Amino acid sequence: MTDVRTIEVYRYDPAKDEAPYMQTYTLELDGSERMLLDALIKLKKQDETLSFRRSCREGICGSDGMNVNGKNGLACLLNLNHLPKRIVIRPLPGLPVIRDLVVDMSMFYKQYEKIKPYLINDTPAPAKERLQSPEEREKLDGLYECILCACCSTSCPSFWWNPDRFIGPSGLLQAYRFLIDSRDQATEERLANLDDPFSVFRCHGIQNCVAVCPKGLNPTKAIGHIRNMLLRRAT
Amino acid sequence: MANIPTLTFDAVIVGGGGAGMRASLQLAQEGLKVAVLTKVFPTRSHTVAAQGGIGASLGNMNDDNWHYHFFDTVKGSDWLGDQDAIEFMCREAPKVVYELEHMGMPFDRNPDGTIYQRPFGGHTSNYGEAPVQRACAAADRTGHALLHTLYQNNLRAGTQFFVEWIALDLIRDADGDVLGVVGMFLETGELAVFQAKATLFATGGAGRIYAASTNAYINTGDGLGMAARAGIPLQDMEFWQFHPTGVAGAGVLLTEGCRGEGAVLRNSKGERFMERYAPNLKDLAPRDFVSRSMDQEIKEGRGCGPNADYILLDMTHLGEAEIMKRLPSVHEIGLNFANVDCTQEPIPVVPTIHYQMGGIPTNIHGQVVAPKDGNPNAVVNGFYAIGECSCVSVHGANRLGTNSLLDLIVFGKAAGEHIVEQVRKSPAAHKSLPADAMDKTLARLSRLDNSKSGEYAQDIANDIRTTMQAHAGVFRTQKIMDEGVTKILELDKRVPHIHLKDNSQVFNTARIEALEVENLIEAAKATMLSAAARKESRGAHAHNDCPERDDENWMKHTLWFKDGNRLDYKPVQMKPLTVDSIPPKKRTF
Repeated sequence: MTDVRTIEVYRYDPAKDEAPYMQTYTLELDGSERMLLDALIKLKKQDETLSFRRSCREGICGSDGMNVNGKNGLACLLNLNHLPKRIVIRPLPGLPVIRDLVVDMSMFYKQYEKIKPYLINDTPAPAKERLQSPEEREKLDGLYECILCACCSTSCPSFWWNPDRFIGPSGLLQAYRFLIDSRDQATEERLANLDDPFSVFRCHGIQNCVAVCPKGLNPTKAIGHIRNMLLRRAT
Repeated sequence: MANIPTLTFDAVIVGGGGAGMRASLQLAQEGLKVAVLTKVFPTRSHTVAAQGGIGASLGNMNDDNWHYHFFDTVKGSDWLGDQDAIEFMCREAPKVVYELEHMGMPFDRNPDGTIYQRPFGGHTSNYGEAPVQRACAAADRTGHALLHTLYQNNLRAGTQFFVEWIALDLIRDADGDVLGVVGMFLETGELAVFQAKATLFATGGAGRIYAASTNAYINTGDGLGMAARAGIPLQDMEFWQFHPTGVAGAGVLLTEGCRGEGAVLRNSKGERFMERYAPNLKDLAPRDFVSRSMDQEIKEGRGCGPNADYILLDMTHLGEAEIMKRLPSVHEIGLNFANVDCTQEPIPVVPTIHYQMGGIPTNIHGQVVAPKDGNPNAVVNGFYAIGECSCVSVHGANRLGTNSLLDLIVFGKAAGEHIVEQVRKSPAAHKSLPADAMDKTLARLSRLDNSKSGEYAQDIANDIRTTMQAHAGVFRTQKIMDEGVTKILELDKRVPHIHLKDNSQVFNTARIEALEVENLIEAAKATMLSAAARKESRGAHAHNDCPERDDENWMKHTLWFKDGNRLDYKPVQMKPLTVDSIPPKKRTF
């Protein structure tokens, strides 16, 4: 039985299109394609002007985030068997489109940079490793695994409204990753850096981020922890 | 060249993976003006997909020291690795791993707070006696943890990244000195010359010359193509590692750490067959050895599945808790790419192309070397290469698991230090660029942009891949390889006839893919010609007509030159830096 899909893709090339439009493709699958990314690569053979990012094809590099039938996800992890006959693909919402499914992620990266995403410990390093107990290390689980795909932040209404001032779920997940690292010594500096009405407190607990994270991470929970740390600090 | 800007730096690094970012960190921390060109955002580089660990004899779990690591690596390389470089790497290993930890890398921990280490293939204590736990691990996401940590520290150091810039060609002057690269910005199609006193390639491997590969789409051997076009030879390209456990059909990697944690390979009879091939190390023998054993099982009819064409990786006995703690991504990959819950059922696997042992020849400072006036290792001024695109050679004919991440960090740092020293020693102005610096690049681009008809780039790329898979695979005979040479030279003639249908300047991925094919073909030719010429079996090069290793005639490095497909050879460095040489022996495990 042939498996024919209708794939509607957001198209926009600022060099030649006055406005974005949806283009409808018909694609016949032969069973060798497993994930949506495989289908997109097959589509690109039909129409090589179709532009999207991709690299590892196994959900670890975070290149191919896109909005598929209304939900953000990684094309390389979306199994075609779980997708309907009609697939509607748009770029990640809320970020400027460079071309087709390729978005300009600078605002997303800028928020990441704002939280100082690196370990701060200015005491002289020992000759060997800094010790950390398994329990202390376990606190980083569910945080450090972020792949910066932006699926979460671009599904967050608060990030849509204030992408310049609200750090967003991805950046905050990383903020908490360093706040909770037993080796980090900049807790006070980090909290002071976040203590304003926008950076953290624009999160309204909608939890879109949790629903879409392709790595199964929970930014809302991390944000809750930061909130508590900020409130404790204020009292 | 009038409207193409020239940007001037102390150093230009091409590639933002583990090697490139370790080097850039060194340079930025020393206050040099450094640019990193990377065709993907740095954390999307393929280092991110490394799973199992980084090798270093910390001795946190059992008795271990760098001498054991050195012995294992020499033996693992099947005596094609250079013993000076191997000594350097194994000695430096503990230090560079501690530095990663100090940078914040989230290694797993032991109850005493030290870094957790797991067993890996070919890692032994006391010179081959018993498996040792040497792989420093962050669950099964070590590459991800490492790459993100390096990016984070580069942000802190203020490294200047040129993200989604692809380097197209190397600039060499009449003296043969390297003066920089020509780059293109994907977003706008604009070109720029990146002029530098040191040009460092950290462009990764060319794993995408094969049809079934664990590698990312971006691994198209760009550095190899650029070097070959600029007259630099490529070394030992016949040696390609097949990783024993790629998911059957999908190619996605399952770390050797699975077997490190106790998983075993089984044939259709349910037998743990590695006990027969490697009575001592069993499933933890080096990768070339395990891959060939799997191939043998399948050939003798003991493969699994309806077509008896795969092997099973069984970890069900480890228990769900242990798997979810140590191998969470493996569990995820099993569900996503094999429809298998590995806590309940074994995963179908096949040996899959994984790693390029060969590459651009260098010395232990990362300086590129090429034959000149009778010296096989004459330095090419201004040019460095590190990581998978390079061949220093620490991996020889077969790389040990976890030595790739180690290679990136040790030689990334070493090259960085050497560049700092060189730049400080010669504060003079940059050498002036040759008048024709851009000509070759502009000609290539203009041919592509003005093509009216021809072939689709990916059709040629796919033909390269199927040819390499069939003619330079796990199983090689003279006839198979000679046919491969003929086919790949035919393909070489098709590459100039690529037709580009997309002429947009904005994020034109079709154009990038077409340009990448010009790099793929160089890596493929180097591999095919070098393989067909080597009349022995060594490491990953298993020649069915010459099944024995031949040290007398073939303990030497291959050098392939693009011009005329010429082959040359140079001796293996058998003399380590400070310790006794390890003389060749038959490899058993």
